[in-house]
Amino acid sequence: MQPYKKVTGVVAPLDRVNVDTDQICPAVFLKRVERTGFGQFLFHSWRHLADGSLNPDFELNAPQFKDATVLVAGRNFGCGSSREHAVWALEDAGFRTVIAPSFAEIFHKNCFENGVCPVVLPEDQVDTILERASKPGYQLTVDLEACTVTDNQGLNVKFVTHQDLATHEFRRYTLLNGLDEIGLTLRQEAAITAYEERRARDFAYLARH
Amino acid sequence: MAPRTMFQKIWDEHVVHEEPGQPALLYVDLHLVHEVTSPQAFDGLKLNGRKVRRPDLTVATVDHNVPTTDRSLPIEDEVSRTQIDALTHNAKEFGVPYYDIFSGGQGIVHVIGPERGFTQPGKIVVCGDSHTSTHGALGAIGIAIGTTQVEHVLATQCIVQPKPRTMEIRVNGDLPRGVSAKDLILGIIGQIGIDGGTGYAVEYTGEAIRSLTMDGRMTVCNMSIEAGARIGMIAPDETTFAYLNGRAFVPKGDDWTKAVAYWKSLPADPGATYDKTVEIDAAKMVPFVTWGTNPGMVLPVTSRIPDPSSFPTPTEQAGARRVLEYMGLRAGQAIQDITVDKVFIGSCTNSRMEDLRAAAAVIKGKHVNPKVTALVVPGSAAIKLQAEAEGLHTVFTDAGFEWREAGCSMCLGMNPDILLPGERSASTSNRNFEGRQGKGGRTHLVGPEMAAAAAVAGHFVDIREWK
Ligand code: SF4
Repeated sequence: MQPYKKVTGVVAPLDRVNVDTDQICPAVFLKRVERTGFGQFLFHSWRHLADGSLNPDFELNAPQFKDATVLVAGRNFGCGSSREHAVWALEDAGFRTVIAPSFAEIFHKNCFENGVCPVVLPEDQVDTILERASKPGYQLTVDLEACTVTDNQGLNVKFVTHQDLATHEFRRYTLLNGLDEIGLTLRQEAAITAYEERRARDFAYLARH
Repeated sequence: MAPRTMFQKIWDEHVVHEEPGQPALLYVDLHLVHEVTSPQAFDGLKLNGRKVRRPDLTVATVDHNVPTTDRSLPIEDEVSRTQIDALTHNAKEFGVPYYDIFSGGQGIVHVIGPERGFTQPGKIVVCGDSHTSTHGALGAIGIAIGTTQVEHVLATQCIVQPKPRTMEIRVNGDLPRGVSAKDLILGIIGQIGIDGGTGYAVEYTGEAIRSLTMDGRMTVCNMSIEAGARIGMIAPDETTFAYLNGRAFVPKGDDWTKAVAYWKSLPADPGATYDKTVEIDAAKMVPFVTWGTNPGMVLPVTSRIPDPSSFPTPTEQAGARRVLEYMGLRAGQAIQDITVDKVFIGSCTNSRMEDLRAAAAVIKGKHVNPKVTALVVPGSAAIKLQAEAEGLHTVFTDAGFEWREAGCSMCLGMNPDILLPGERSASTSNRNFEGRQGKGGRTHLVGPEMAAAAAVAGHFVDIREWK
């Protein structure tokens, strides 16, 4: 997994709350057996009209957001289905950062698995960024080492990746270093084997059927 | 030892490794696998030369993609077929027990887990599917995971999990007549909001919960995730044990006696406390219908569509206007005046025996409205068989319902069962997100009786007055 350290990019504003994973990557596109190539499906239903042409009213279709790499949205981003395809679509479309007041849990965890940084900021700061991002050319910088979000209009705020600080610290560490969680867990091989032996002994009656 | 909640007891029993300030490493007793969220996980194993650590604790089936029509015919959609073939192949290569499309054990993952007795009290159950909370109905911890975590569990039989906070949702009193478990959970989501449970493991308690059947408890726990809670659970009791006794994969004889004794130790100790408690008055519950594009947008069947200008902030007002436009509804419209084109009875929320019996009782001797297409999709092949043994299928087909093979079907429209743009459905499933059942499709979530009645009437009706 690619490490995430410091990213500067154009910000795309999506001023909607409760954006669910069915919008981020609709179910009809979940049939691929690969991890790649999902960017084309990002916000597919919102992005297109019934006849398949681009929807001019969808905020992210504006040319100024074509090269955006930071997405900013309302609270409870990524609710609904557990599909990791939602993060694969964001990442494949170039978004390595999502800023929101809160995230749904499974989506949030899926971000870290794919080198995407969820940035949790208070509602008023998110509103400020949403407003600034609606003007062309707005960029900001997310520094995961320092845990700051800065722009050239005086924004300089601290952020967390998760409200729970222990989780924030741990996830930040794996994301900064691009660590693969399977690799980390396999270091506990002895503990896993010991657990299995104990469980087999203490709960033998549950295992026979 | 200080009094512990049920969640805490099961958690403690499964900690493999723990360091201060870090998520715990937990052992997984049951890993359910389906075709949509697993191919990339198996690929990851292959790429790294890893095996499935415990195929004996893993069960795979196909549900999301499978056609619900005649299975002797080849699957027309090539991409669906590829995904199903990939699971067939992976299950064989990695030695994972697999209920294929023709198997009598096939069905929606969350239906077959409890049905075959794989899901048991005290277990940690994971699946690459957000409705894994369903398994909590038996007193287990069911945790939904993403595909990378699926790979992690396949390789290590563990998950890395920060400890959630705990929330008790206590439902006091008895549910009124005509109010189903589905109505109860829709009412709860309406009250706490679709992110009200985020970060929590929810335990449902109280008289109304205790008097639910297992099928009803699964409906409630299933939709915990629609309130943002990844985990929803109900303490095991005699109802749970009676449900499990004799199922294929539960302990037998002396082992059964020992298992029940252990399971009886799981409910929360007296004096155990939760980080948060929400109280619900069961007597205030009514039949509900969702009107919008998330499960929290829910109203009593007797009410009217809200006016966007009544919402507190400009962003919410704009959001509500967008919702009404998408749903093709106007402010002030009575819910019972909304007509439907399709009715879907199925999904991991409401496709079990009790749901089918309840729906059949409503429509017996009546006929589906000529403007409506209605389908019943049992949650598993075994439920289909049982329903046929009870003659329910003829009740449905005589009334003009289509009687299908088991699968997810119109819950997410990955197979041919979809809504066309602008079509409106009454559905017993769990999500009414924009386009989930087909681009431009409009879904109203209801309980099985209300869905059945809507099929006959052609519009929503108050099931309490149904004759
Ligand atoms: S029935 Fe619907 S919600 Fe349940 S597992 Fe299938 S697609 Fe998911």
